[in-house]
Amino acid sequence: MSFLSIRNLSVRLKKGPPLLRRVSLDVQAGEVRGLVGESGAGKSMIGKAVLGILPPSVEITGGEILLDGTDLLRLPPKDRRRRIGASCALIPQDPLTALNPSHRIGPQITDRLVDILGWSRSTAESRARDLLAEVQIPEPDRVLRAYPHELSGGMRQRILIASAFAAEPRLIVADEPTTALDVTVQKQILKLIAGMQARHGTALLFVTHDLGVVSKVCQNLSVLYSGMVVEDSAVTDFFAAPRHPYSRALLAATPKYTDPAAGLTPVPDEVIAAVRAEVAAFDAGGIA
Amino acid sequence: MPDAGQIDGRSLIRRRAGLRLWLSAGWLTLLATAALLAPWIAPKDPLAQDLFLGRLPPFWMAGAEPGYWLGTDSLGRDVLSRIIHGARVALMVALIAGTITCVIGATLGLLAGFLRGWVDMIISRLIDIWMAFPPVLFSILLIAVLGPGLTSIIIAIVVIDWTRFARVVRAEAMAQGAMDYVASARVAGRGRIGTMIREILPNVLPTIVVLLTLEMGIAVIVEAILSFVNLSISTDDPTWGGMIAEGRTSIHQAWWVLVFPLITLFLTVLSFSQLGEGLKDRFDPVLR
Repeated sequence: MSFLSIRNLSVRLKKGPPLLRRVSLDVQAGEVRGLVGESGAGKSMIGKAVLGILPPSVEITGGEILLDGTDLLRLPPKDRRRRIGASCALIPQDPLTALNPSHRIGPQITDRLVDILGWSRSTAESRARDLLAEVQIPEPDRVLRAYPHELSGGMRQRILIASAFAAEPRLIVADEPTTALDVTVQKQILKLIAGMQARHGTALLFVTHDLGVVSKVCQNLSVLYSGMVVEDSAVTDFFAAPRHPYSRALLAATPKYTDPAAGLTPVPDEVIAAVRAEVAAFDAGGIA
Repeated sequence: MPDAGQIDGRSLIRRRAGLRLWLSAGWLTLLATAALLAPWIAPKDPLAQDLFLGRLPPFWMAGAEPGYWLGTDSLGRDVLSRIIHGARVALMVALIAGTITCVIGATLGLLAGFLRGWVDMIISRLIDIWMAFPPVLFSILLIAVLGPGLTSIIIAIVVIDWTRFARVVRAEAMAQGAMDYVASARVAGRGRIGTMIREILPNVLPTIVVLLTLEMGIAVIVEAILSFVNLSISTDDPTWGGMIAEGRTSIHQAWWVLVFPLITLFLTVLSFSQLGEGLKDRFDPVLR
């Protein structure tokens, strides 16, 4: 049985248009699943729904989020928080706003372990030190005493990765973890996430709009358009022969660095029209 | 790996405490000491009248009497001693009214800005309604109902000015609430109030400090205005506003009765606002 199983999840703006349209996807224990789509397709929304951090302006209108067999949406808020906190973590998009500027790095990693999971202070501290070493931060002790503003973006992202793995979660949602970084740092961070994931055997829901990233880290992927899953494939199958026309067009639109003269290929209008029609047909079906 | 290992130049920036912080803190310390020790350090009894010594000029002018450094008013009362005793009322109002206003306003602003939803609805509407009252009339009305006196002044300041804190802190808390570190804390299982106190409050604190010092300055002015229109404490006790009101009638014969309390008032209010800005520069972790 899969560790995370999303069944027909529908989310919409309060009294507004739907944002997710009966999304279903599974993440097996230890699997890395990519979640791709253009801006506004709802990929981050799925991650937020799983972690229970949807903005107050949206509401879940139906479906199930089964975490290890339990539907999170049926749990009372307190139990839901506890269950998510014990088995899930987030690697956020922007390392510059993801660390609290008022606290030193050390407490930001350890306080949660101590306050919420009941670890002893010393266990938590040695754990933090080990993790910083694991994400290749030299002088972990010095970094643990530093404030976020004293560190570079790449360093902060390493710290966030370390922090996400701190409590040995079974699922990590990585919300475009390399988007805010320099291209040169991106590759290191990707390698790091992939390496950590493999060593710890953590399931990873990897939200990105970069198919190149997907091809390097993920085993399976879901392609979203306008809050609808249009394709759910193994990565090898997807790159060999994408099934959905939109996926094909998306793949064709990926810039080729080897051929700068080729220019950019947009997704053709007729493909957009076709997938829009699919969404409209779905909405007309009366199942929100 | 060039990125790792650099705790870059950011940590080396240490701002000087700044002249304005020292000057403003110095003036306020001096004033507070004088107020505390007023009965012992004031050269004369602030209430003692001596009609033979009326309208003595300050020490550097012809006709000054030794011991009456800043001259006397038309009733022969020592201006310096009255300023020193007046500092007691001014600083007491500043501290008490400033602090209470700050605590009430900041708490409501924090709750509204972070919890949003119906809490925000209620508090925001309350602020809107509150701000539609003209403040001067409102305070005079309040004192007319409560009767003059120190407590009434403090209540009037709190009742009128809490919105100043609530508005600013609400906006700030809202901005902080959208940061990724808040999402991370929630995922880790921290409750709403816990997140508010641990994650949001420390980042709003620099703003609160600036507002608090500003508010203390405002409280000094309000007290002076109410003394000026004779709505403060009984006219026997010296207040800066009362002195300014009395000095106004004899400005052509004895300008010092008006000018010295006015300068003191000016320096005090200026110091409060500069103290806030100086403290923010010094202690805001983001600016630091």
